[in-house]
Amino acid sequence: MINIFEVNETNKMIEHENLDVRTITLGISLLDCIDSDLDKVNENIYNKITNVAKDLVSTGAQIEKEYGIPIVNKRISVTPIALVGGAACKTPDDFVTIAKTLDKVAHEVGVNFIGGYSALVSKGMTTADENLIRSIPKALATTERVCSSINVGSTKTGINMDAVKLMGEIIVETAEYTKERDSIGCAKLVVFCNAPDDNPFMAGAFHGVTEADAIINVGVSGPGVVRTALKKARGENFEVLCETIKKTAFKITRVGQLVAQEASKRLGIPFGIIDLSLAPTPAVGDSVADILQEIGLERVGAPGTTAALALLNDQVKKGGVMASSYVGGLSGAFIPVSEDQGMIDAVTAGALTLEKLEAMTCVCSVGLDMIAIPGDTKATTISGIIADEVAIGMINQKTTAVRLIPVIGKGVGETVEFGGLLGYAPVMPVNTFACDAFVNRGGRIPAPIHSFKN
Amino acid sequence: MKKTIITVVGKDTVGIIAKVCTYLAENKVNILDISQTIVQDYFNMMMIVDANNSTKPFGELSDELTSIGTEIGVQIKVQQEDIFNSMHRI
Repeated sequence: MINIFEVNETNKMIEHENLDVRTITLGISLLDCIDSDLDKVNENIYNKITNVAKDLVSTGAQIEKEYGIPIVNKRISVTPIALVGGAACKTPDDFVTIAKTLDKVAHEVGVNFIGGYSALVSKGMTTADENLIRSIPKALATTERVCSSINVGSTKTGINMDAVKLMGEIIVETAEYTKERDSIGCAKLVVFCNAPDDNPFMAGAFHGVTEADAIINVGVSGPGVVRTALKKARGENFEVLCETIKKTAFKITRVGQLVAQEASKRLGIPFGIIDLSLAPTPAVGDSVADILQEIGLERVGAPGTTAALALLNDQVKKGGVMASSYVGGLSGAFIPVSEDQGMIDAVTAGALTLEKLEAMTCVCSVGLDMIAIPGDTKATTISGIIADEVAIGMINQKTTAVRLIPVIGKGVGETVEFGGLLGYAPVMPVNTFACDAFVNRGGRIPAPIHSFKN
Repeated sequence: MKKTIITVVGKDTVGIIAKVCTYLAENKVNILDISQTIVQDYFNMMMIVDANNSTKPFGELSDELTSIGTEIGVQIKVQQEDIFNSMHRI
C-alpha cells in the first residue's frame, strides 16, 4: 500500500515544484468536413468540433479535481486547414473565414488555443497551401485563439526554399498586422521542419492526416521537479546526475500517462501519445534554464550549455519512455526564451545569444522558440534564420521549429510583454549581414543523403 | 476497490483527527488506514479511505473537507489513489 512519504513526495511536487499536466490536446480530423461550398465547410467544421469536443473542458476539470493535479490547458488540434479548405477557398480571405470559425468554436467549447491553421509544404505548395499561407497575417490578427504552423522541410523531401522565403515575408507581415499588441500574432505562428502529426503543444499542434478521427494527446511538464531533484545531486558525477533525471522524468510521465488514460476513457476517444516534454512557464522555478544551471553552468549560454542540454534531453526521454505506453510529439526539453525566466535572465545578462540558441536546438526537442528580434529585421534575414534552423532538422532527422517575433517599433535592449504563459522577452540582436541573394534563388534544397554520417 | 487518499497538513491543534473522522463517519466513508507524523512542528496525516459507499459524490466530499480544513487552519486534500500508484509503483 502507498505510504505517507510517497504521498507527500507527490504532493510536494504539485504544490511547491509546479508539477502539472501542461495540456490535454484533443486532435480532431476535419477531413469529413470538406465541401466545395465555403459556408458549408464552415458549418461542418463548427458542428464537428462542437460535437466532439463538448465535454473536453469539463472532463479535464473533473480529472484535475479527483487527482489533485493541475491540468493547465485544454486544447484542440485539427487537420491542416489548407487540406480542409482547399476545395472551397479560392482566395486568402476565404481561408480567413475558416480561421474565424475555429476561433468561435474555441471560445464556445472553452479551449484556450486551437491549432491546425496549417499547411504542409515541405516539397511544394498547392494553390490552396499558398492561399492559406498568405492569409496567415490577417487570420492571426483577427482571431485570438487560432494557432498556425507551416512545415517547410523534412529529412525525406529536403527544404522548400520558396516556402522559406515566403514565410520570412509572412512573419514580418503578421508582426505588422499586430503591431499595436507587440506583434503578438507571431507568437501564434511556427515554421517547422519534420513536423510531427501528433504534437499536443501549441502553437505547432495540428492533427496529421495519418491520425484517427479523434485522439487524445497529452503533454506533461515539470522542469521545477527535475531541478529540485538535481539539487540533491550537487557535486555528484554524471552517472548519478543522469540517473536522477531519468527517475524524475519517469515519475512525471507516469502522471501524464494516468491523466491521458482517464481522459481517453471518460471521453470515449482513443489515447494517442504522451509528449514527454520539459515545458517551462514564466513562473519562477518552472524553468529549463534553471536545470541547466543546476547541472553546473553559471548561466545558460556558457560553454558546456549544449552538452548539458543534450544530456538533459536524452535522459528525459530515457526516463519517460518506460513510463508511457506510447510516446510521440516533440518529446524533450523546450528552450523558449520568453516563457522561461532563467532564459530571459541569461539573455539580459549577455550570456545567451541567438547563435548559441541555434547550437542548442541541435540537441533539444524543438528550436528557436519565442524569441523577440528587432522590428526592422529584414524578411530575407528571417528567411535565412528559418533556412538555418530547418537545415539542422533536415540533416539530423529531428523536428526543428522557428517562432520569431519581430517586434515592430522596438529594438535591441527593449522588452516585450506577451502576457500569460507566453511571458515577456528582451529583444535580441540579429546578425545584420545580408543573405538576400541566397534566399532569393528560389526552388528547393534537395533531400540529404542518409549515409556517410560525418 | 477504488481507494481515496486524504492528506491533512498544518499547524497541530486539538481535535483535527476527530473533526475529520466525524465528517467521514457522517458521510459513510470507511477509514482503512491512518498514518500520522509531526514534521518540523507541522501536523502531517494521511488516511486511506473507501469512499465508494459515500452518500455524496467525490467533488462534494473534496470541497467540504477542504472547507473543514480551512475552518481549523489546516490544508486538507482529497485525491484518488491512482495518482500515487502511477508515480511510485511500476
